[in-house]
Amino acid sequence: MMTRWSRPLTLAGLAAVPLVVLGVFFVLPVLGMLSEGFWADGKLDPGAVAEVLARPRVHRVVWFTVWSALAGTAFSLLLGIPAAHLLHRRRFPGRRALRALLLVPFVLPTVVVGVAFRELIGEAGPLGFLGLDGSAGAIVAGLVFFNVAVVIRAVGAAWESIDPRPAEAAAALGASPAYVFRTVTLPMLRPAIVSAASVVFLFCATAFGVVLTLGGLRYSSVETEIYLLTTNLLDLQAAAALSIVQLLAITGLLFVTSRLRAVPDPTLARSTGRPPRVSRGDWPGVLSTLVVVVLVGLPIGALVVGSLQVGDGYGLANYRALTTEGSRNALLVPVTDALTTSLRTAVDATWMSLSLGLLVAVAVTRRSRTRAERRARGLLDGLFMLPLGVSAVTLGFGFLITLDRPPVDFRDSLLLVPVAQALVALPLVVRTLAPALGGVDDRQRQAAASLGAGPLRTFVTVDLPVMWKPLLAAAGFAFAVSLGEFGATSFLAREDHPTMPIVIFHLIGHPGAMNYGMALAASVVLAATTALVMLLVERLRVPSVGSF
Amino acid sequence: MLALAPALVLVATGCSAIGQDSGGDGPSFDRVVLVTHDSFALPKPLIRQFEQESGYDLVVRGSGDAGVLTNKLVLTKDDPLGDVSFGVDNTFASRALDEGVFAPYDAQLPTGADRYRLPGDGADGKAHDLTPIDDASVCVNVDDTWFAAHHLAPPKALDDLVDPRYRDLFVTPGATTSSPGMAFLLTTIAAYGEDGWQDWWSKLMANGAKLDDGWSQAYEVDFTQGGGKGDRPIVLSYDSSPAFTVSDGKSSTSALLDTCFRQVEYAGVLAGAENPDGAEALIDFLLTPEVQAALPDSMYVFPVDSSVELPAEWARFAVQPTDPYAVAPADISAHRDEWLREWSDLTSR
Repeated sequence: MMTRWSRPLTLAGLAAVPLVVLGVFFVLPVLGMLSEGFWADGKLDPGAVAEVLARPRVHRVVWFTVWSALAGTAFSLLLGIPAAHLLHRRRFPGRRALRALLLVPFVLPTVVVGVAFRELIGEAGPLGFLGLDGSAGAIVAGLVFFNVAVVIRAVGAAWESIDPRPAEAAAALGASPAYVFRTVTLPMLRPAIVSAASVVFLFCATAFGVVLTLGGLRYSSVETEIYLLTTNLLDLQAAAALSIVQLLAITGLLFVTSRLRAVPDPTLARSTGRPPRVSRGDWPGVLSTLVVVVLVGLPIGALVVGSLQVGDGYGLANYRALTTEGSRNALLVPVTDALTTSLRTAVDATWMSLSLGLLVAVAVTRRSRTRAERRARGLLDGLFMLPLGVSAVTLGFGFLITLDRPPVDFRDSLLLVPVAQALVALPLVVRTLAPALGGVDDRQRQAAASLGAGPLRTFVTVDLPVMWKPLLAAAGFAFAVSLGEFGATSFLAREDHPTMPIVIFHLIGHPGAMNYGMALAASVVLAATTALVMLLVERLRVPSVGSF
Repeated sequence: MLALAPALVLVATGCSAIGQDSGGDGPSFDRVVLVTHDSFALPKPLIRQFEQESGYDLVVRGSGDAGVLTNKLVLTKDDPLGDVSFGVDNTFASRALDEGVFAPYDAQLPTGADRYRLPGDGADGKAHDLTPIDDASVCVNVDDTWFAAHHLAPPKALDDLVDPRYRDLFVTPGATTSSPGMAFLLTTIAAYGEDGWQDWWSKLMANGAKLDDGWSQAYEVDFTQGGGKGDRPIVLSYDSSPAFTVSDGKSSTSALLDTCFRQVEYAGVLAGAENPDGAEALIDFLLTPEVQAALPDSMYVFPVDSSVELPAEWARFAVQPTDPYAVAPADISAHRDEWLREWSDLTSR
């Protein structure tokens, strides 16, 4: 059975389907766009691409991207980690609802969040005195608004599945809470924290709407620059140069994080017992949760208030209008139809990214026997993070110019939207599942195997019980990413099958008080739907598996 | 390896939900594919009427704005995304013409539409590539109620915007990120010349003008008559915008007709179309009085057919400029990059 080739073959087998999907729907389109830039007028001209990189403007753009993304990531971690502790390791009424609520920003279209933020911090808004409008501070706040949930959810899920007893023992021996955190808890959480941080960094570095809307055009990031170059100027050489910068940066980031993520013994003992109530020692968690709730709650509150405004009073007219096609037929389909399309697409994107993500996670976390094997797994791990770091507009245009002939004639396929969304969600799924899978003691699998269990049965009895919560967290992420995805979807969606973010974008881009009100109401409906789905997902438990 | 099986099954069976109505997707000649931007909308009964009369199913592929659309057409010109396109405007048209995206087709133009022809298209008596379908002018709008309440005469021309009396009152979407923003930059280039606009923009920024990324941010958030009740009473919008701020038979805003740039949207048969007959039928359809009359309500633009009756509020409150500013499409194509860079440097300081 255990021949020399069985391990590499298993690895290849596990990775085959995800690799093919990634190859067709990511590598091919991106290469297609890059080659458009390198082959100018029918001849290879890499020099022109290199020239672009010497422009002072490009340096400014790259520098802004790096520091704003670093700041966004740092604040997300600073707020997210203590909040993850409170929301996942402490018991208090309404914590499930709160966790679901905090995921809402994830699905809100930036164009609407921009409106909500700016109604608060704009010149005429209640927080206008802060002078944040059009500042880098507003951009960072926006980045944290969108991404803090990633930290809370990913770190929280890991925190839930670690054994509290070592920390309790250290505390009983007289260690201060800070000391316990630093020496016992943090090392166990490190893989999850580094994973979350790398994903958040990539989200921040490729943020598009936030930078333009909240920065008032004063700032450009690599992503906004690629958008301008590709959609407006058709300067594909410069766009290719910046895409190369993006790819190199991600590769560097992945290298660093894979080093930081590696821990000598990732094995986790499983958590037992109910979480305790909130006590006085939990003040850091309470404080940061409060800050997060204010940061996330205020703009959402502004949205809700705005959606209820009808003329000079308040009412539900904007919500009633959602079953129509907008004032004067602004839309091809009613918003309610778009919600159905969004939910169906999200279901498909979720199962796609979960099945692909699970395969990848299993492939990358199995213990390696040789150095080559470890390298192969590390490479694989990094490869699936790439879609997060490449501009949606590059991918969107790439789809059009590469997926147009057999055997990859997918340009017109309805599958394109869920597949693209699944690819965007995939890194989050992998990064949520991999730390948990890596934490399973391999000896348990060996024991199961020696007792006669096949690979599938081993997976179901050993891995799945540990994986249950991370799987739910990942499913929630994938669903939310799909519901909120705008960049790639706006390129690929059919006019007669638009998703919610596209309809909202359409409504808010046209004059008329009714369209504006409907856009806000539709956003609130999208937000509420997401929160509801998240709440239901959290309640899902399979007793026979969960109570191991 | 066993773990692979369920995933393979899932992938092989296709999407549970989405797969349902993907039938009939293969290329065929009983359908016509329209490639357009994300603002395309027409009433369903009209589309059904087209399908019945022409015998073709209409498939709409729309995404992005006019820039995205044009660049998509250019990049896919060897294997076009469809048969016919609508939505390339006069600021992007020359790029598409230079790249040979369109095939010639001379449709029968309705009354008054001839003046919207793209300058340079169909020269030397050749057939035209592009057919004008609609137009809308980008103009500075003012909140008349605000100016009445503040006992200040509203501005009238571009020069007024740099007048200290109107300090901190103007908001506009940026030229790099928004198509009306680009149109406004072209307005100032036409008004102050290729060497004079830079100076005007420096003065404008020094006079406290605010830049936003898109029309929605400028109009809905910062403009005093927008949904968010901002605090700037002068905004860049469209000539038709006053028709959307009507209450009690009066519009609270008006467009300054001496500050306008006209955007014309064109349709054209795509070179290499699978169904060129269907493409021509669709262009003819877009020029019918029924479609022309539906344009204001569906797409917020004016019909090119001057004999068509406008909706009541448009007829009263949406006044079109008679002599808008213009820049030759070929010039726009040649200088877009340079102008946008200069503009970007001027305004981000």
